[in-house]
Amino acid sequence: MRPQTLEEAWELNQKRRNCIVAGMMWLKMSRRSLSTAIDLCDLGLDSIEETEDEFRIGAMATLRQLEKHPGLAAYSCGAVEAALKDIVGVQFRNGATVGGSLWRRMGFSDVLTLFMAMDSYVELYKGGIVALEEFASMKSDNDILVRLIIKKRPGAFAYQAVRKQRTDLPSLNCVAAKVGDEYRVVIGSRPARAMVLRDEKGILTGGIVQDSTAAFADYAASNVAVAGNMWGSTEYRKALLAVLTRRALTALGEAL
Amino acid sequence: MEVQIKLNGKTVSDDIPAGMLLIDFVRAHGCLSVKRGCETSACGLCTVLLDDKPILSCSTLAARADGRSVYTLEGLQAEASEFVGFIADQGAEQCGFCNPGFVMNTISLLRENPDPTDDEILAYLSGNLCRCSGYEGQLRGIRAYLNSKNAGEVQHG
Repeated sequence: MRPQTLEEAWELNQKRRNCIVAGMMWLKMSRRSLSTAIDLCDLGLDSIEETEDEFRIGAMATLRQLEKHPGLAAYSCGAVEAALKDIVGVQFRNGATVGGSLWRRMGFSDVLTLFMAMDSYVELYKGGIVALEEFASMKSDNDILVRLIIKKRPGAFAYQAVRKQRTDLPSLNCVAAKVGDEYRVVIGSRPARAMVLRDEKGILTGGIVQDSTAAFADYAASNVAVAGNMWGSTEYRKALLAVLTRRALTALGEAL
Repeated sequence: MEVQIKLNGKTVSDDIPAGMLLIDFVRAHGCLSVKRGCETSACGLCTVLLDDKPILSCSTLAARADGRSVYTLEGLQAEASEFVGFIADQGAEQCGFCNPGFVMNTISLLRENPDPTDDEILAYLSGNLCRCSGYEGQLRGIRAYLNSKNAGEVQHG
């Protein structure tokens, strides 16, 4: 079905055996049997709107659109392209959507890690506007993710990840950010969902220098839980965590 | 459901099951260059151009292509012929199974970026897996084509 209104899509989505089709990259690999696939492609949600204050990204905008968007590139100091460019291939990113990527809240998601580092919100059709960080910890329901909103607060961002090989899922990903006066580091592919680590101890208050970077990397290693799976053992991720945090902060310092 | 898809420049109308994948649609209409490979959205064998953008036809519903343009290698022979000989000269084809997807994505690369660097070539084609070649042959072939084209442009002023 290609509903012509969000209300129609929402009503269809209330049936348990119906499902919204986004890019369909992961959905097609599930064993779930669908009664009706709901395609949002007629709802005009495939554009990226940039205003003075924010980016409004329709749920059906593709990862490739994000990767090539000059406004996002400028605002993110290149972090958007850096985070998306190794997600499988160009063809995949021309299909995969930002809505589908965020809705599933997958632990290994580069998209979730990236946007949690920004002042980001999701607009849910019934649930209204919710901070992305809060959305990441919510359970899935039958609402519809309409768009991603990124407030253009002054900031800088730096993305780092380790993959066994290009285009593989990340063993760990990390974004260091300064949004307004706040430093934050987001760690994803732990392999649990990404989490935000703020500078609650004021380690970076004096700026990003070698000592504060090393201290924050230790702080991250002590406060971010990691586990093992086929992309990396717990011990490997623990080691990566400190290294990637340090590298991301160093890159952030250069971007500021 | 009824769909109308412009396949390789010709409008094709068909009554298809709602869950039909685009790869099955194009193959059913004679475009056998489009191969089924990994079926996990990873290998690029099934690459087609949907409204001039390369996508994975194994992961796209045919219904989503309704009213849109789809190109497979069958419809882009002339454009492909400009560079495939250079790839063959490097012995990069080997089993050949990945070639149609590889060529389709190369066409897209060269339309988007007519003079890419080696890093840009490797990045753009990283979604096309080849289990024979190690990718160096394809890279050398595309580089040889670009060098030849650029030399020709210089010669022709």
